[in-house]
Amino acid sequence: MAATLPPPRLLPSGDSAITVEFSRSIDDAANRRVLALDRAMAAEPVTGVTETVPTYRSLLVHYDPEQVDFDKLGAQILALAQRPVPATTRTRRWRIPVVYGGEHGIDLEDVAKTLNTTPDEIVARHVAGDYRVAMIGFTPGWSYLSGLEKSLHMPRRQNPRLLTPAGTVSIGGVQTGVQCLAGPSGWHLLGQTAVRTYQLHRDPIFLLEPGDNVTFVSVDAKTFAEQDRAAEAGEFIAEQIAS
Amino acid sequence: MSKLVIASIGPASSVQDGGRPGAQRYGLVPSGAMDRLALAAANTLVGNEPFTAAVEVGPFGAKFTARGAVRIALAGAPRSADIAGRAVASDTSATLDDGETLTLGFARGGSFSYLAIEEGIKGEPMFGSLAVNARAGLGSPYPRPLQSGDELQAKAASGAPERRIELPAATDAPIRVVWGPQDDEFADETKKLFLDSEWKISATSDRMGYRLEGPVLRHLHGHNIVSDGTVSGSLQVPGNGQPIVLMRDRGTSGGYPKIATVISADFGRFAQIPAGRAFRFQAVSMAEAQAEARRFAALLRTLPERLRSIESVDLNIDALHDANVAGHAVSAVDAGTWHAESLADMAGPD
Repeated sequence: MAATLPPPRLLPSGDSAITVEFSRSIDDAANRRVLALDRAMAAEPVTGVTETVPTYRSLLVHYDPEQVDFDKLGAQILALAQRPVPATTRTRRWRIPVVYGGEHGIDLEDVAKTLNTTPDEIVARHVAGDYRVAMIGFTPGWSYLSGLEKSLHMPRRQNPRLLTPAGTVSIGGVQTGVQCLAGPSGWHLLGQTAVRTYQLHRDPIFLLEPGDNVTFVSVDAKTFAEQDRAAEAGEFIAEQIAS
Repeated sequence: MSKLVIASIGPASSVQDGGRPGAQRYGLVPSGAMDRLALAAANTLVGNEPFTAAVEVGPFGAKFTARGAVRIALAGAPRSADIAGRAVASDTSATLDDGETLTLGFARGGSFSYLAIEEGIKGEPMFGSLAVNARAGLGSPYPRPLQSGDELQAKAASGAPERRIELPAATDAPIRVVWGPQDDEFADETKKLFLDSEWKISATSDRMGYRLEGPVLRHLHGHNIVSDGTVSGSLQVPGNGQPIVLMRDRGTSGGYPKIATVISADFGRFAQIPAGRAFRFQAVSMAEAQAEARRFAALLRTLPERLRSIESVDLNIDALHDANVAGHAVSAVDAGTWHAESLADMAGPD
């Protein structure tokens, strides 16, 4: 018998969405419960629910208030959230090639200095990690990964950059991430991948799913350039490997 | 086939429709019209489904020239409008003959107008929508804001009689919110300050977010929270204590505490508030917000019942026109800020 799980908090996000909060902090167990609830709601659609959005610590449930109200939907969500979290879920594992440092990862040297080690050692620690897509958010395909080794935890930049390159692989706080589109970021840029987590006119348009496992492999700049051309033509580049 | 050629257009104008919900779990925001009631009214006037793609015209003027006859309708922010010198009132349909030009003035007392075209704008939908989301490379016929020289393919005008639509009277009532999801990050006095104060929308606002100017809202436990999901109308409070209301092109997640959320029935009205005009917020219960959401949905469904023949109001057109050009406020969005990387302090992952 599983012990009773603490119920999530049901927080109103306006009249058409509920934030189902499992934790206030980044917490692996909470993220697993978020993803489990997300799967449960996909498997057994609840009347009125239009879309679910998993994040680190909460599931945002969009719904149509013409079909179901806050109290009724909230009760159904609480019941679903009481289900035990599956110990193992079938997940996919991706290997993502990254060219580290230089123009592709302009913060690698500084990160090494700050952490009193060498760039090679930072890369070695980053590729040794076993990560999970905790959430995808902010802009299309921006994948937030949990599982960053403690020695790589560091505060975000004081001044976020207004523009960082497409495909940037970076670290910030206790997280690492892969962004697809060029855009603002306050994280430390370690490298760049040719993998497009979002690409129109490719099937699938979105490569990664919340809950997928990810590892990185270091490649040189020449390989990156070749992969980038292939990715532009629609290839995944990311390799799906046995879990 | 006819077409509308854009002879001139200001920034902040793009093709929008009901948006593309369903992919927020991948970071793709739905986008769509800032003022859904105005979009639906314009479409209803020319016999379209309410959320058919139309031109969302920003606060500045625009000129459209017809090649072949094109039937259009205009709703939303009041502004002067004429076709070859014939005045076109807001909330009416009209037809441009081949070669005629529709001239729209600056928005007065609002920000966005909707120019619907009979049978809609032709384009290639992505995720079921033509709505422009420039950052994601989405939108059709152009995946970016509209520019001079762009062309919108349209059906040849049907010659159907022109209509007007009777919408509920405009109101300056406070913008209603429900508290949460993170109102517990603020002291009761701060929540009271939020409700008791006058607010203004800053000129540095855009389809991602409207910055508010007013008293500083202090956080109880600092301004960083772990990112969670956002909705249109989320009122997030960054470190400087000046709230930003997230709009249709928001990021799908954000890491600042959200004190309250604009109710869905008031979102379009909020989106139309011109920069610099004072307004207030009012907190309502979830039950009231959801009753309003249902009323709003019923209003959208029953728009066809509000159509009237245009002859019956000939005498009133001048009055309508006068009403439309009243008001002196400037717009929420100005040319200098629209294309800025914008909202640096709401931008970026966290």
